Amino acid sequence: MATLTAAPIVSSRREHADSHTLTRFLATSGFDGLKKALGMFPEQVAAEVDAASLLGRGGAGFPAGRKWSMLRKNAVTYLVINGDESEPATFKDHYLVEHEPHQLIEGVTIAAYALQVTQAFIFLRGEFALGLERVQQAINDAYDHGALGQNIFGSGFSLDIVVHPGAGAYICGEETSLIEALEGKRGFPRIKPPFFPAVNGLYGEPTVVNNVETMSNLPWIIRHGGAAFAALGEGRSTGTRLFALSGRVNNPGMFELEMVKNTFRDIIFDPQLGNGIVGGGKLKAFIPGGVSAPWFGPDQLDVPLGQDEVANQASMLGSGSIVVFDEATCPVRAAWRITKFFSRESCGQCTPCREGSGWLERIMYRLEHGGGRIDDIDLLLDLCDNISPGLLWPPQQTTICVLGPSIPSSIHSAIKMFRDEFVAHATNDGCTYA
Amino acid sequence: MSHFSTELRQRAEELVALYPNRRSAMLPLLHLAQEQDGYLSDAGMAEVAELTGTTPADVQGTASFYDMFFLEPVGKYVVAVCTNISCLLAGGEELLDHAQSTLGCSVGGTSADGMFTLEEAECLADCNIAPCVQVNHRFVRTTTPETFDQMIGEIREGRRDSDIPPHGTLIRVRRNGVLRNTRDALAAERAVAGDARDARKAQETK
Repeated sequence: MATLTAAPIVSSRREHADSHTLTRFLATSGFDGLKKALGMFPEQVAAEVDAASLLGRGGAGFPAGRKWSMLRKNAVTYLVINGDESEPATFKDHYLVEHEPHQLIEGVTIAAYALQVTQAFIFLRGEFALGLERVQQAINDAYDHGALGQNIFGSGFSLDIVVHPGAGAYICGEETSLIEALEGKRGFPRIKPPFFPAVNGLYGEPTVVNNVETMSNLPWIIRHGGAAFAALGEGRSTGTRLFALSGRVNNPGMFELEMVKNTFRDIIFDPQLGNGIVGGGKLKAFIPGGVSAPWFGPDQLDVPLGQDEVANQASMLGSGSIVVFDEATCPVRAAWRITKFFSRESCGQCTPCREGSGWLERIMYRLEHGGGRIDDIDLLLDLCDNISPGLLWPPQQTTICVLGPSIPSSIHSAIKMFRDEFVAHATNDGCTYA
Repeated sequence: MSHFSTELRQRAEELVALYPNRRSAMLPLLHLAQEQDGYLSDAGMAEVAELTGTTPADVQGTASFYDMFFLEPVGKYVVAVCTNISCLLAGGEELLDHAQSTLGCSVGGTSADGMFTLEEAECLADCNIAPCVQVNHRFVRTTTPETFDQMIGEIREGRRDSDIPPHGTLIRVRRNGVLRNTRDALAAERAVAGDARDARKAQETK
């Protein structure tokens, strides 16, 4: 049975239809965290976040406090919020920007105060038309309320936040690519080193890039203290997390759960959560953390929903999005569609990613739609190995950013787990499920 | 002579003023240009070049990277059906096929009356209500052929104008609040904040 004891932290206003309004926000401890933070020294605020051991919620899971401490000392620094949520099957930031925008603004302001940054940008994916409106409205409200702009709540601290719309490019979720897009250019990732944002980011100045969900946790952390946050979860995975469940389950949705205290079995099968497989069917496999993550099988259902717990099984919790495959799901088709996505979204700078993703997609296509050969299976693995040598986890990299090494995950998983189905596709001259 | 309308030009100049570097306004300005013309016309991109201090070639080179910008005219309503993994598992490809027959055009094409352009989308981050459909980047949440057709019918009759405005993702985004955004201003402010903090600290430790 799932443990659902922890109260929600970032989705606490979910039951209210007007959760996006200033009125509801103020009635539910809105700005209490910010007011408390402004009464502390910036270093104390940062220390609370450090004590919370808040891991970045974007996908890589890097500790937010550590990220902050790496910031180069400079006359000007920028805070950039990554709301370009585009990892397939991830839909948590979509909720946060549409339904809890003030909480995000409060979190950003707390972070800016801790870092003593006076200019922040929130990069939202362009497809979130309503999200852009809601976040802009929340910013307007905050200015009117004295929670943003000059001399916030009489503290002497000033901050401006600008919402920046993306324009449809998965790669802009990669932080250096996002910075390029924010500078008005094509979203080409920058090479690291030297372009570590904390050293050389937006306009060449030190820049912190944090995810929307990461920021949304800050008001609670300051209100209750870092220790209270760290008391939730286990090990390195503290607090709660928004898990996005989709695919062949009866009740797909977003669930805020305490880290580590629940397993994949809980979230997929618990009647209050995923409520089992569609039509009472059998689980075949699942993706534990976005399409860049290697797949899991039924044997891994009891792995807890935690950063290291999933990493120890050679995959990643990533963006916290779980996709469930049932017995009727064709693994070749699933892996082909994921590869098609990467092929479409490769920015084109690095040859292994640009060419490799297209070749892989075409081979997967012919296996699925007819024209595939038995040899294609080894050819796929060989190509995957060229993009990410050794097909290890965490993956080796031959490209500027991690989009490249994410491409092989689905194909490699599918072949490892369902090689006989690939053979059947080749001998059947197309999908065996049709 | 400005290609942008007077109102749009003013919004454009306000957007440019939000950034320490005018080129940063590129993407929002391209959204505005598309809002006025329905796509990125040469004249629209030339005006963006002027506003951002770049060249029309640079603007086009940037715009062509991004899926949301159209360099050719498209329908008044862009219908995007997602077929990525979660939607695939919920019948996204079948819904896309259905959309082609309802609209009478193939993926990437525009309906005969010029009203709808159909796109196959990558993940739109609404995976629990799958297959996901957006019209002009508004989530319409029509997951079945029947509800899809009903929604298209309502748009044709002009009954969805309030929740699905013409395209342009910033069409209803307006900002209040003035900025102090030059690099010098930010640096000065940070220094002042630092001094105030040091003074407060010194006082508290006394």
